[in-house]
Amino acid sequence: MTQQNDTTTPKSEFWAGVKAELPILFGVIPFGLIFGVLATTAGLPPLVAWSTSSLVFAGSAQFLALPLFSAGAPAVILIMTTFIINLRHLLYSASLAPFAQPLSRGWKTLLAYLLTDEAFVPTILHYHQSDQPSTHKHWFWLGAGLTLWLNWQIVTGIGILVGQQLPSGLGLEFTLSLTFIGMIVPTLKKWPEIGAAVSAGVTAVAVSGLPYRLNLMVAAVVGIFTGLLLESLTRRESIGQTQEVQL
Amino acid sequence: MMTPLQLMLTILAMGLVTFLIRLSFIALSDRIALRPLVRRGLTYVPPAVLAAIVFPDMLLSEGVLNLSWQNPFLLAGLGGILAAWWSKNVLVTMVVGMLILWGIQWITA
Repeated sequence: MTQQNDTTTPKSEFWAGVKAELPILFGVIPFGLIFGVLATTAGLPPLVAWSTSSLVFAGSAQFLALPLFSAGAPAVILIMTTFIINLRHLLYSASLAPFAQPLSRGWKTLLAYLLTDEAFVPTILHYHQSDQPSTHKHWFWLGAGLTLWLNWQIVTGIGILVGQQLPSGLGLEFTLSLTFIGMIVPTLKKWPEIGAAVSAGVTAVAVSGLPYRLNLMVAAVVGIFTGLLLESLTRRESIGQTQEVQL
Repeated sequence: MMTPLQLMLTILAMGLVTFLIRLSFIALSDRIALRPLVRRGLTYVPPAVLAAIVFPDMLLSEGVLNLSWQNPFLLAGLGGILAAWWSKNVLVTMVVGMLILWGIQWITA
């Protein structure tokens, strides 16, 4: 049945992924520029700073590593901080793993390299659209991921070249948060999801004093458990309702 | 500062750590089966983690809780949330949020 309804091609899925990624780029562009500017002021050689965009390819980790680099933090601290900040990708990996299972090892390696926040959100939403059956959805993932990758290489490069010519204090770094708001708010439809977001956000603020942005991990755990708790409460309610109907 | 070699090795290690995290479940999914509870829990990861990045940006000024109406990031974030909810569009969210932020910065400057 899936085969019959499947009118997509690798090409159509790829371009759908590119298209889904484009609006997200508007938040990534200023953030990438700012990263480039700050990387040069942190004292990193331009090419070394730019190499993090392809070797690490994780905006928030690259960003948060800058003050550690200029403070002369030991390598162990930098690697540990990167691990903690990017640990959320473990959960992205697990969410997409069932869909990636039929793919070859080469595909898995490539798609894992491209698995950022900004590629994950449209991709997981696309996989969950059950009204659109397709056996080519990994091409959507590739399209979204490659678009973000290419854009990230270009804008961080420009940021490094432009360097100190951009005025600071414009609050341009807030564009990253606004991008996340634009990606996640429209997906909050049920109480468990809203509860997960709000409880995690409040927790992240409450324990923001923890070192190495450990507050992110604590907040994630609180958010997940709040979501599961609210889910079990609402499910009990809906089971009660169906029983009434049967009576 | 580190030597250029130390610097590049550190960056390579940071990249390897990031890549292995992203690859983990994707590479091992045929050997590890996720329990239904774990899978349901995972659906709450994106809202939880992204909110955990956004809330401190909106509510903290220099690491201190700032709930005042003069906190431009709080107002810009709230405007962005309303815009995102109403428009379901990242670009609209961005424009509304940044205009509010710059507007308040301009008024209070």
